[in-house]
Order: sequence, then C-alpha cells, then structure tokens
Amino acid sequence: MAETFSGSRGPFLEEPLLFEMDSPGQCGVDLPAPPEVSDRLGGLERTAPIGLPGLSEPAVVRHYTRLSQKNYGIDSVFYPLGSCTMKYNPRLNEKLARLPGLADIHPFQPISTVQGALELIDQTAHWLKTLTGMPAIALSPAAGAHGEFCGLMTIRAALDDRGEQRRRVLVPESAHGTNPASAAACGFTVDPIPANGRGRVDLAALKAKLGDDVAALMLTNPNTCGLFEDEILEIAEAVHRAGAFFYCDGANYNAIVGRVRIADLGIDVMHINLHKTFSTPHGGGGPGAGPTVLSAALAPFAPLPAVLHDQQGWRLVEHAGADAAKSCGRIKGFHGQFGVFARALAYMLSMGGDGLRQAAEDAVLNANYLLARLGGELTPSFAGPCMHEALFDDRFLKDSGVTTLDFAKALIDEGFHPMTMYFPLVVHGALLMEPTETESKATLDRFIGSVIGLARQARAGEAAAFKAAPVNTPRRRLDETLAARNPVLRWRPA
Amino acid sequence: MSETYFTRDHEWIRVEDGIGTVGITDYAQHALGDIVFVELPAPGDSLSRGGQAAVVESVKAASDVFAPVSGAVTAVNQDIVDTPGLVNHAPEGDGWFFSLRLADAGDLAGLLDRAAYDAFVKELE
Amino acid sequence: MRYLPLTEADRRDMLAAIGAGGVDDLFCDVPAAARWSGPPNLPGHAGEMEVEGHFRALAAKNLSAAAAPLFIGAGAYRHHLPAAVDALIQRGEFLTSYTPYQPEVSQGTLQYLFEFQTQVALITGMEVANASMYDAATACAEAAAMASRITRRRRVLVSGDVHPHYAQVVATALQYTGIEVELLAPDPLGLEDLIGRIDGDIACVLVQNPGFFGRLRDLSALAAACRGDGALLAAVVSEPVSLGLVSSPGEMGADIVVAEGQGIGNALNFGGPGLGLFATREKYLRQMPGRLVGQTVDVDGRRGWVLTLSTREQHIRREKATSNICTNSGLCALAFSIHLALLGEEGFRRLARLNHARAVMLAEKLAAIRGLRVLTPTFFNEFSLQLPRPAAPVVEALAERGILGGVAASRFYPSYPELAEVLLLAVTETNSDAELDALAAALREVL
Repeated sequence: MAETFSGSRGPFLEEPLLFEMDSPGQCGVDLPAPPEVSDRLGGLERTAPIGLPGLSEPAVVRHYTRLSQKNYGIDSVFYPLGSCTMKYNPRLNEKLARLPGLADIHPFQPISTVQGALELIDQTAHWLKTLTGMPAIALSPAAGAHGEFCGLMTIRAALDDRGEQRRRVLVPESAHGTNPASAAACGFTVDPIPANGRGRVDLAALKAKLGDDVAALMLTNPNTCGLFEDEILEIAEAVHRAGAFFYCDGANYNAIVGRVRIADLGIDVMHINLHKTFSTPHGGGGPGAGPTVLSAALAPFAPLPAVLHDQQGWRLVEHAGADAAKSCGRIKGFHGQFGVFARALAYMLSMGGDGLRQAAEDAVLNANYLLARLGGELTPSFAGPCMHEALFDDRFLKDSGVTTLDFAKALIDEGFHPMTMYFPLVVHGALLMEPTETESKATLDRFIGSVIGLARQARAGEAAAFKAAPVNTPRRRLDETLAARNPVLRWRPA
Repeated sequence: MSETYFTRDHEWIRVEDGIGTVGITDYAQHALGDIVFVELPAPGDSLSRGGQAAVVESVKAASDVFAPVSGAVTAVNQDIVDTPGLVNHAPEGDGWFFSLRLADAGDLAGLLDRAAYDAFVKELE
Repeated sequence: MRYLPLTEADRRDMLAAIGAGGVDDLFCDVPAAARWSGPPNLPGHAGEMEVEGHFRALAAKNLSAAAAPLFIGAGAYRHHLPAAVDALIQRGEFLTSYTPYQPEVSQGTLQYLFEFQTQVALITGMEVANASMYDAATACAEAAAMASRITRRRRVLVSGDVHPHYAQVVATALQYTGIEVELLAPDPLGLEDLIGRIDGDIACVLVQNPGFFGRLRDLSALAAACRGDGALLAAVVSEPVSLGLVSSPGEMGADIVVAEGQGIGNALNFGGPGLGLFATREKYLRQMPGRLVGQTVDVDGRRGWVLTLSTREQHIRREKATSNICTNSGLCALAFSIHLALLGEEGFRRLARLNHARAVMLAEKLAAIRGLRVLTPTFFNEFSLQLPRPAAPVVEALAERGILGGVAASRFYPSYPELAEVLLLAVTETNSDAELDALAAALREVL
C-alpha cells in the first residue's frame, strides 16, 4: 500500500445490506399487542409480504455505525468543497432544535399553543432581514433551488400583476445548473451571458442582451469563481433601467455577511442557504432551507404562509386574503423548514452580529491564504483577492497525464475531502477550494503541504500513482459507466 | 455509390439511393466518453434539418443529436439502445443511429465533406 | 468566539503571507458605496448558556405534544421514535457530510440511500424509488409534471380528498408550465366521480390514500380507467405507517406513488423538514426527478454504490432537466430508514395495526356521544367527525383544557361553510387509553 504525505489511512469494514441480514420474525422495537377490534379497512388490508428484513436493535445500531465509518464528515476531516460551504455544525444547535417545546409540536395546533414557534420564525426572519437590509422574507423554500423557484415565482407574479409579458431570464454561463432549471420551471426562457477575462459578468455583453422582454438577471454574488462582482452597482442599474428584476443566488452569501448588505447592491430578491451560511448540517444531502429575502416591490407576491404580529400576538397567514392578496400561492406543505430555522437561529444568536462579520472575514482570509500559498504551485484562474473560495484550473497539470479528477482522488488518500472539481464550467478542469472560517491555520498548512507535494509528484511524472488513487478508502474508484448502463437501484432477492 | 457528409455538430450522414444513415462522429463519441444511454426517433417520424432527432448520454453529459437533413425515419438501430458502447467502439459502423429518406437532396449542399470536417475538428483541438 | 479557531496572531501572519495590509484589502472589490461599516445592529455573540436560555423561553411558550394529548394528523403524524434513531443520525459522519459526490468516501451515505430506495419501493409496492424529495407536497407537483412529460398531455386532475396543501402546491408549481391543474372540491364523504372525468387529455389523476378526510379507497377501478384512457394514476400517502396495514397504491395499480415519510423516524418539528418519498415503474425511470443511487463495482471488483443517471438532473441538463431539485432530504431519509430497519416486517405491521386499533377504539367511543357522527366509514388512523357546532372554537376550547384535539376542516377550507362543523382526528400508538377517554370526556363538556 502506498505511503501518504500525511500518514493517514482510511478505515476498512465490510458491511452487507440490511436485506442480507434478515432474521425473519426478529424485531428491534417492542410494541404492545394491538387491541382486538373489528377493523374499518373495508377489505383493503395488505396481505402479501412486504419484504422488510427483521433485525434486532444491536444489529441495526452496528449496521449504521459501520456505515457511518465509511463517510467523511466535517467533524472528521477538512472538507474544502467549493460552493458548498462545509463549515462546522455546532452541537448546541442540534440540542436546542430537539427541545420538546420545539421538536414535538404539530403544524396544525391551535395558534394560541404555538406562539413560541411563530416568534422563533419571526426572530429568524428579523436576523436575516437585518443582515441583508431587505424589508421582507419568504420562509417556506426548502432548499437553495427551491428558493430560486420562490424568487422567480414572485418575479413572475409581479410581472403578471403589471401586465408585462417579459419571459427571458439572463443567466451567466458560470451559473449553477439550478438557475436555468428554476427559470424553466417558472416558464421563462434562459439566455446565457458570457464572462469577461476577469471572471466576472461582461457588462457590455449584459447590456446588449437587456431589453423589454427580459424578466430578470440571475447572478450569483460572490460569483461561482469566488469573486465579488465589482461592477454590480452598474449591473443593477442597467437591469433596473431595462425594467427587469435582479435575482441574486445567495449560495455564496457567507463571504459577505456583516460586511455588505444585499439591499445596498440593488438586488431585488435573494435566497439564503441556511445549510451553508448559517451552519445547519448538510446531513449527507439535506434537509436544507432556502429562505428568500425580497424587496418591497416583490414582497406582496411572496408565497404563503406568513407570520404576522398584532394585539392578539403572533398570527399565521395561511390563506390568500386581506393579508396576502397577491401571494403567488403555496410552494411547500406546512410552514417551512422549522427545524432548520431553529438551528440557524441558535447559530446567529451564538455568533452575534460581531461574530457573523468575523466569520465572513475569516472565511475570506482563509481562502486568500490558500490562493497565496498555492498560487506558485497551482495555476489560479484569476487574479486575487478572491472572496471565500479560491479557483484554480488544470494548467499546472499540463502534460503530466494527471487530471483534476486524479488529483482530487489523491487528496482523499491524504485524509482530506477533495475540493469541488470541474465546476464552474468556465475554466478548464476547475479545482474550487472553499476552506470556510472553521479551519485553523494549522489545518490549512497541513492541506497546503499535501497539495504542494501532490502537485510536484504529478509534475515529476508519477501519473500512475494518481491513476490508482484512492487506495486508503473503503472502496476504490467505482465504475460509474456500469452503474448508468445497467441501473440497479434497489436490492432484490437472489 | 455512397458518400459521407458531416455537420459541425459532429453528426455524419452516409447517403445511398436517397436514404441517409446517420450517426455521431468519432470525435463526438470521444468527447462524450463512455456512452450509457441512447434515445432514438421512431420509424416514420418526420425530421427537419437541424431539429432534434436523438439523445445520447454519457455518465456526465447529455447531448442532442440533430438531423443533418430533413426526411422521414426509415429505420433505427436498436442495437445501440441495448448496447450503447457500440457508439464508442464503432461510431461510423455498428454504432449508427437511424436512417431516413431524404426529403430534399439539396440539404446536403450545406454539409462538410470528410476533409473539411477533419480540418474543422483539428481547429477545435 | 468558540466556533472560530483563528487567533489574532494567525490573522496577522496570514495577511502577511498574502501581502495584504489588513482584511479590508481583501474586500477591495466591493464598491465603496456598498460597504457596510457594521457591526450590524444586532446583539453580540453569546455563550451556550445564554442561547440555551433564550431557546428554553421560546419553547416554553408552546404547548408540546409531550405535555398534552395530541390528536392532530392532517399530514404530520406523531409516532414514538426509538432512541437508537436519533443517536445514530447524530453521528458526525452522517450529520456533517455532504452529498455523496465522492463515492470512495461516501459509501455510508450511498449504501443507506440504496437501502432506503429499496424500502420505499417495497412499502409503496413499486419497482423503483428515488433518494427522496423535500416533502409530499412538492413530490406531488413533481409527479404531476412527470406524468405530463410521459404522456405528453397537459391536464392534471386532483382529487378533493388530496391534502389541501399538496393540491395548492401542485397548482402553484405548475401554473407557468402550461399544464392545466383541475382541483376538485373538498370531498369528506367520498362522493366525487373521478372515473367519469377521465378523458384522452388527462396526463394524470392525483389521489390520496388514506384520503385527507381519512377515508380509505380501493384504487383498482380508477387505475384501470386511467390505463384505458392513456392517463397515469399518481397516488399520495400522507401517513406512511398506513402502508403496514393497507394495500399499497402499487398493489392497486398506481403508476407513480409519492408519500410523506415524516411519520417514520422523524419528529413533528412544527411541520418541517419533511421527507418526500417518490416511487414509480422502472419504465419511467428516465423521467423521474431527484437523486438516484445505483449499485456498481470498484476497480478491485468489490460491490459499491454511486449516484447515477445524473443526466436527468439540473447540473447536467440545466434548463432541460426533469426538475430543478438539487438535494434530497438525506438525514430525514436516514432516520426513516433506521426506524423501518428497527421495525422490520413484523414491527411495521404491528405498529400499523396498533394505530388502526386505537383509532377504531376512539371512533367507537365518540360515535356513542350524542350529537357526534363519524363521517368516515373506512379509515386507517384518522377520521372526520361531524360536530353539532363549528369545529374551530371546539378545538380552542379543548386546547384550553390541555388537549390538542384535532384540527378543524375550516382551517384548510375557510370558504366552505358546509365543512365548518367537521373535525379531523388522528390517533397513533402514542395515545393511551386514558388519553382517548380524556378526549371523549372533554368533547362531551365543550359541546
């Protein structure tokens, strides 16, 4: 087995599928015998075996513990996954979100019995509105892409209200794929706009594309190259002059919290990924939350529900009516990702206004430190300073026979989660590194040591070692072609 | 006597007796990587020049295949649906996609011959 | 600040390494007019004790189901959560990992999602399932859009016994897609004629089982009628535990089955996050939205799992993707999967039977009270009750007596006066005999 720079080795434990451990009749939950009643099933009783395996509680606990050991998490390793913002997820947030007074309340309890829950939602909203300088917020979006959908729906509803037939949405080529997909879901057509040589929107090209059929510009800022759009005020002015709305994808808002207010950039609407900027756990892919801040012009079109306060206390507006006459409708069941709000609020209260600003500064400092220390060995795509993430392309691997993918896989053997690869699409073989404020200088220095070591190894012609990587993992490279050509998406009895 | 023409979207069409057989070029299959899925038009479908005719997917990319000329589909290659790797192994042979009866032989005038296509690809690399 | 490891000395050293005079230099690309001098007009950082105190005060303003008998369902169900579920999902390797894009270091997530997909396919009676969606409401909208893609038709019929939130989300989500959504009026008595409305233009019929008002229905004839007219039958289940006792929509002929998975493994959380389950027939796989995990082998020939068929998704197909969804409800899916693993075949069936039996007991108790009428002849663990007076004030009066005694239909249908006296009641294994008696006694008092 190959030696690694860090000396790290991953754990190896083989674990069968639940279904292969079936011990028929076994059960990991002791339930009382159901009372005898004459059933009310109307002959619709399920009689055929379902096929679920029987397991004892210790067997189940060991199964999932072993599975967990095959994962990398922020709790265990540095996770510099660009555009994903893998920051520390405080355990206090988990504890508080589980208080019975918050976790064990039903969405349709009488409003008089959930005043604390509505107040919690409103406090979360207050922090987010204050930080962004925006007057209104829609709390129901379940994730970033859902927030995009929410924002574009409000834009569409506002345009309909004005009687305007604008249907074109401008989206930079470097945008995340959800942007065009969300625009399409709202009945818009997508028109790409190119970047300039500095990795930012080409203002002249944007202006040329603006017209009276343009509904909105969707722009990520800081953008997907990790750069602040330094002409953003001119961009906003041009967009507004054309009668269009300015949507900001807030995926990278974590870089500027407390230093820049969204309202001051001329933005009309932006979603916020609570699972990125405000530390709620990614959980292996959700649940997230994508509350969306809105300008005064778009606020009346926000989806239901809304939380209001009056003499009677907190109220929940669940229907279109006097309080929500122009709402675009309901986009999710119940009242938003409450459990995620609780975690985000616990984080905001813990950090305070001062700590949130410091976190943004440290995140930007850490990214610039990577850019500075790695700039001489790797090939930065654009001149710094960067914001919260540093973008490199694969020119430093030219003629080495090592690809971005190989390089990333070699980092796994070093005990690091790889950076984001091949995104954004606007540079060749992208390597996008986002350290976040969570990382200490010592961790960054260790990472830098591994990256520089690997870069030199690649240039020294040791491509074969990269092609074999990773070797210190529960599984080595997996055959994605086989998986796609012959999809096996569930277990079936042999 | 058959003749093969090419598009700038990397399709080829081989024409014989008014019937054109269409596929994607070696350059295209190489750019896509291992092909995992192909969706073909139905026999009898009427295709128009430049319109979407088929879909080809690798693990990380999906691409439309456009009709190089207008015409009605006469046959499709079920083998590449069952074994998409054929498109990688023999893009201009067993990996063909479909054939169609040309509506207007004049459509061929806008296409590249092999030498022109090879030069076009060389510029891309 | 306890979450920030950089020291002032680190910051100085790092700025020096960068060649910046101060951190402001790093923000030089922000136009001067847009720089916020801060610190923001918000409280400063706080310790664990202060934050916990703040949260306990908020929590104390709510009446928790831990402190009051709860008989509310309507799409969110309170079941007992085995201790192992929460302990396991809080393992950092699950809680703090990202989407499994690097399969070599994500086999834990990938394997549990593969197991989850199998469990969902089994309980819904379908061939394949995805790795989950946000919730049942959004999954319903995705199902309707998917049916339209498959059938190339532009009309969707939504039963009046579908959860009103689901119906509203379908209507909102599809309003700009060119798909016409027809929402039928609320149907507590099961009078609507869906079969008679099916024609050659319908992409899909969306029904719920058990219905929003509790009623169980045999979907077989509806499925046959859909098939006959080239439409798809999409069925939604809002109480997943029902699938341990009631014939699955798949067994009854549905083409797409979506469900709210919260009731298994997940707490109420005031309604969010949820867990959308999504299952269908294998032949519709390529039109399915959402993330999928597939089995494969590694270079050493060992079995493993990867995300697969991604060309359907937005990061590759962009505006032509099957959906804009980029995530799933990973941790909720994990909780669901662990709870179902603990239950197994026997436990799942027993839990479902227990729920049904307790609901039947309550229905019998209430039917004996003069003035009350159970509107739902067949049900799983939730039914509708006709009261002699408006239900909303009754619910308030019950709450004053410390009982969370159902939800008034008028909360969902304020513009239907004929529903003003209808109360929805749900019962689970967590409701004791004493709680059933307390509800019956309290209802007698307040009526």
